[in-house]
Amino acid sequence: MVRRGSGPPVLVLHGGDGPLGHLPFTEHISGSFELLHPTHLGFDGTPIPDHFDNLQDLIFLYLDLIDSLDLQGAILLGFSMGGWLAAELAVMSTGRFSKLVLVDSVGIKPGGPFDRDIADVFASPADELLTATWHDRSLAPIHADMTDAELLTFAANRVAHGLYTWEPYMHNPKLRYRLHRIDIPTLLIWGENDGIVTPEYGAALRDLIPGASMSVIPEAGHHPHIEQPGEFAAHFLKFASG
Amino acid sequence: MRAWFFTEDAYPYLPDEDSYESIRVNLPNKYFDPATGADLYSMYLDMWCAADEMGLNIMNNEHHQTATCMVPAAPIMLGILARETKNARLLILGNPVSNRSQPVRVAEEMALIDVLSRGRLECGFVRGVPYEIAPANVFPYRGTEKLWEAHDLITKAWITHDGPFNFEGRWFHARQVNIWPRPFQQPHPPVWVTMGSAGTAAQVAQRGHVGAVFLAGYPRIRAIFDGYRKGYLETHGTEMPIDRLAYCALICVGNTEQEGLDGAEKLLWYMSSNKVPPQYSNPPGYHSPEMAANMMRGSNSGTGLPTSTNLAEQMARGNVFAGTPDQVYDQIKSFYDYCGGFGNLMMMSQAGFMTFDETLASMKLFSEEVYPRLKKLTASYDAGQMQEKRATLPDVENVDLESLASEFVR
Repeated sequence: MVRRGSGPPVLVLHGGDGPLGHLPFTEHISGSFELLHPTHLGFDGTPIPDHFDNLQDLIFLYLDLIDSLDLQGAILLGFSMGGWLAAELAVMSTGRFSKLVLVDSVGIKPGGPFDRDIADVFASPADELLTATWHDRSLAPIHADMTDAELLTFAANRVAHGLYTWEPYMHNPKLRYRLHRIDIPTLLIWGENDGIVTPEYGAALRDLIPGASMSVIPEAGHHPHIEQPGEFAAHFLKFASG
Repeated sequence: MRAWFFTEDAYPYLPDEDSYESIRVNLPNKYFDPATGADLYSMYLDMWCAADEMGLNIMNNEHHQTATCMVPAAPIMLGILARETKNARLLILGNPVSNRSQPVRVAEEMALIDVLSRGRLECGFVRGVPYEIAPANVFPYRGTEKLWEAHDLITKAWITHDGPFNFEGRWFHARQVNIWPRPFQQPHPPVWVTMGSAGTAAQVAQRGHVGAVFLAGYPRIRAIFDGYRKGYLETHGTEMPIDRLAYCALICVGNTEQEGLDGAEKLLWYMSSNKVPPQYSNPPGYHSPEMAANMMRGSNSGTGLPTSTNLAEQMARGNVFAGTPDQVYDQIKSFYDYCGGFGNLMMMSQAGFMTFDETLASMKLFSEEVYPRLKKLTASYDAGQMQEKRATLPDVENVDLESLASEFVR
């Protein structure tokens, strides 16, 4: 786990793309908060434990981590799959947290069996996936530019991402019936052009969390913290400091 | 040597290749004309029946959502053949048990075919190729472990005759397992498992099952078969009987060399048609991260197939045996000597647009001119002599093309 900055703690849960600690948006935040960046097991060279089968294994690992860190009044900040993880932790107990921030998060299924609520990131053609993910496609990582080590990490991260999200795809059917338990201020931050989970999906998630609000960032896709780091940080800081 | 006639039952009448993204998974089935399909099924069943009459054995398989193989349920075709044929051994290679949710159902289907055929079933289990992941929607990570768990449950279901048992494994749960019918063969039908590396070969060898390899060619066959032989010796304390190993190649026998080569060119449809995009050929968790990264790097990620459809190159690799009966025998014997011997030859002798008559002509030449010599060859198998001969043959390096064909191996 990487620690960065000083101030009240923020537990940052990354998404399927892997750890975020190196990204510019963290610089905007780390002046006021201490960012705690754990790496989910299976990502960035860490092993997948033999008994791990799905996100529930990660949820319980994080319950242990949160206890061992003895977090008090921390902000829980989750991105995409990490947002789903954050919501799962919050419905169990918000006792150690003061606020919850979910960024372009998955975790619920608002539609019916035939509705494609969440883009199929494992079976979409590369070009389609780029369009769904990015407002500005030039920001997407390019395999051809990666070193062998980076590409190997990318491939291994994809395995862990699949393990945690394969079926039910990117959601827990039970979660929608549990989100009412979240009793801390909650903000959803969403990229206006997110084609993985659309702002409409975000609104459905917001409506299941008591009192939650949502900020939509223009000219951003699934990664508003990468495409609009300044605006992202402004929304976060306003909510977190308020 | 036992020879196994094999066709994948392709539906070859496709639109211009540029008009679709993939022949597998998402090719719309509007391109499947049911009447044409019925004719093709009839033709393929007739080919298998002809194989039976010629004294060849029969192999079939299944794939899903693909024009390369019209059979999504191999047990159904084998059920027909159990009635329609008389003597052939009936090999299914195989049941994709990593992708199927009910192993007990597989045990039941196989027992039924075994009884219908009065004990002619040879039951294969496979992990399945990567393009099967999307249709099955099964996360492929730890697929090999899952295969073995299904195998353990299925074999237990076959050999249990005194009432139910329960099974609570990591992947599968079943209670009150008590299949009817039980298999005809005792204790159970012979089991085959595909293998693609020394490591997976050792797992098959430990259980004493037939280890089957598809199109690994000269570049990879020694490592896999050596892994089997070593694993067998370590587990069982004796040299492996030669009938424990099987190799699958594309085979065409002609009256002239040119006739054989022309037929082989038609068989290469199996490779040239296999247009598959990376999202289906490289799903997360199927390949090792190292292999997945290589594929992303672009070695064969665009198509997901053994990239060369050059006949001479595929023959040099040991993936295709073609020519006159003498030439085909010599090619097979060279490969046999090189890899240390194997007792089962799975022959893909029909693919793509190869006609019924062309296929039967090749099969007839094989069964009359080549097969008797191959039977003699394996009858004189001596493990010690074979290893001595093998040691005199250096590793073939000139056709090593890295991950080529890697997806077909499993």
